[in-house]
Amino acid sequence: MAKEFEFEKLIIELEARIKELQAISETRKIDLSREIRAINEKVDALKNDVYGNLEPWQITQVARHINRPSTLDLIKHLCGEEFVELHGDRLFGDDPAIVSGIGRIGDQRVMIIGHQKGHDTEENIYRNFGMPHPEGYRKALRMMRTAERFGLPIIAFIDTPGAFPGIGAEERGQSDAIARNLAEMSGIRVPILCFVTGEGGSGGALAIGVGDRVFMFEFSVYSVISAEGCAAILWNDPAKTKEAATALKLRATNLLEAGIIDGILPEPIGGAHRNHQMAADEIKKQIEKHLPSLLAMNADKLLDERYKKFRGMGRFTREEELEHA
Amino acid sequence: MGWFDKLTRPRRDTPSDLWKKCPACNETLLIKDLAKNLFLCSKCDHHLRMPLWDRIALLTDDNSFVEIDHDMKSVDPLSFVDSKPYPERMAEAIKKTDVNEAVATGRATLSGRKVLLGVMNFDFMGGSMGSVVGEKLTTILELGAQEKAPVIIVSASGGARMQEGIFSLMQMAKTSAAVKRLNQAAVPFVSIMTDPTTGGVSASFASLGDVNIAEPGALIGFAGPRVIEQTIRQKLPEGFQRSKFLLEHGMLDCVIHRRVMKNTVARILRLLVA
Repeated sequence: MAKEFEFEKLIIELEARIKELQAISETRKIDLSREIRAINEKVDALKNDVYGNLEPWQITQVARHINRPSTLDLIKHLCGEEFVELHGDRLFGDDPAIVSGIGRIGDQRVMIIGHQKGHDTEENIYRNFGMPHPEGYRKALRMMRTAERFGLPIIAFIDTPGAFPGIGAEERGQSDAIARNLAEMSGIRVPILCFVTGEGGSGGALAIGVGDRVFMFEFSVYSVISAEGCAAILWNDPAKTKEAATALKLRATNLLEAGIIDGILPEPIGGAHRNHQMAADEIKKQIEKHLPSLLAMNADKLLDERYKKFRGMGRFTREEELEHA
Repeated sequence: MGWFDKLTRPRRDTPSDLWKKCPACNETLLIKDLAKNLFLCSKCDHHLRMPLWDRIALLTDDNSFVEIDHDMKSVDPLSFVDSKPYPERMAEAIKKTDVNEAVATGRATLSGRKVLLGVMNFDFMGGSMGSVVGEKLTTILELGAQEKAPVIIVSASGGARMQEGIFSLMQMAKTSAAVKRLNQAAVPFVSIMTDPTTGGVSASFASLGDVNIAEPGALIGFAGPRVIEQTIRQKLPEGFQRSKFLLEHGMLDCVIHRRVMKNTVARILRLLVA
């Protein structure tokens, strides 16, 4: 994937121009500060305008940016040295598309589980572009059970195009692995906080997404199917991807409005790929805000509320109500 | 997730209202005869898709099925329009099937035992799971736990209903959590997977039976075969994602012929709970 988008081309050109001018002014010892300031102002205005008005399809592209903070990036910023990665599902193998481990965020010991994408092609091939096999989900479930045993709250980072559709995945029970996680997560007796950091791709995302609180980053997306998949199936035309992205209402603001998520984490202008530290700081803020009350809650009540939260999701009517309307 | 595959959509292979071609052996079958023969091909015994009310009759004691939530209807939470608006698609499906949604749920007796039954209807928008399907199934799973009555769900679905977006996806979490509660109440859940059971249905409640049963030859899987072929760029082997394949890979307890389905489920329930 390209590191820059069509819609930010002008911004990047201007930023390059600024750098050029700075270099000229230094080497030739001429004062270009007025020119530089003028372009800077222009860039800022442009950024606000462009990034403040992104279309759903453009947001999807930002969510997939190759430098988007990954789970391991966030762990580095949140835990520093105080993290141990734990591997394997104890059944078949270790899936690099999901990483997990125990760590400390501030004073809080936590279990962290997340999809893992790469920042270049080689790493992405190793990580299978963040698309887990069943063993990834089973590893995640094993970690949740460990967390439950030791009273560690679970922090989940969601960033996947979806669970991998392949022969091995089917042979080893992709459906079973996802379904099992959905059921078991509803009964894990420690608080679970989920953050959609990039791409929330369908069942493969939800399989680590049944939390007491679910948040999305401003330029992340969460959807029942990718815009491409939806365009291919419902429009029978891959060129309709933009329309599909709009129709699916996959933005954080849509999901907040629909009552599916609990909050939106702001990103720096241009997207979280420009500042991983800020993304981590925003996550930490939410953890510090929400975790104490969840930790104080009796586990039965915690599970009751988690059940009710997902139980209430869905919109429908009854014929009678329609007739009276 | 590419479950709502073209391959799992209703095939327009009915020559007329009177005839149907067996998708396995191409034999031309009279629908009138098919209905008498439990929608089994008289030549090759292929299990054709069974219409909703025939399926309910197959599994329940005569006239024992009492439907609940039959008046529940989908809304259009996303104001979704693809080549046509979602409400228009819904209206067409309702007209075509004469039911309000892609699942019928209710109370019945099975060989004298009180059960809660849900039967998905593939003819209704590919049996796709939106808010109503999720809600109705969650309701019978909860009733099963409350009333200590076994729950039986017959799946036939391409997966989640895209037109309801994120609401459809969340039905996977909702129904799966309800299965977990049923498990905790130690009430049996028998999942019967029929052709096809894929995507978000396969990846939620349908895979979570205490006993997972499939009909012979049913397509069952997470991703649709077309999506997998596109992803890995090779042809899939014969029999891939069919019942026998799933049984061999440990995903099913048994593959049961339609003729003995009711008796087998009755036996399972009798042996699981007193």
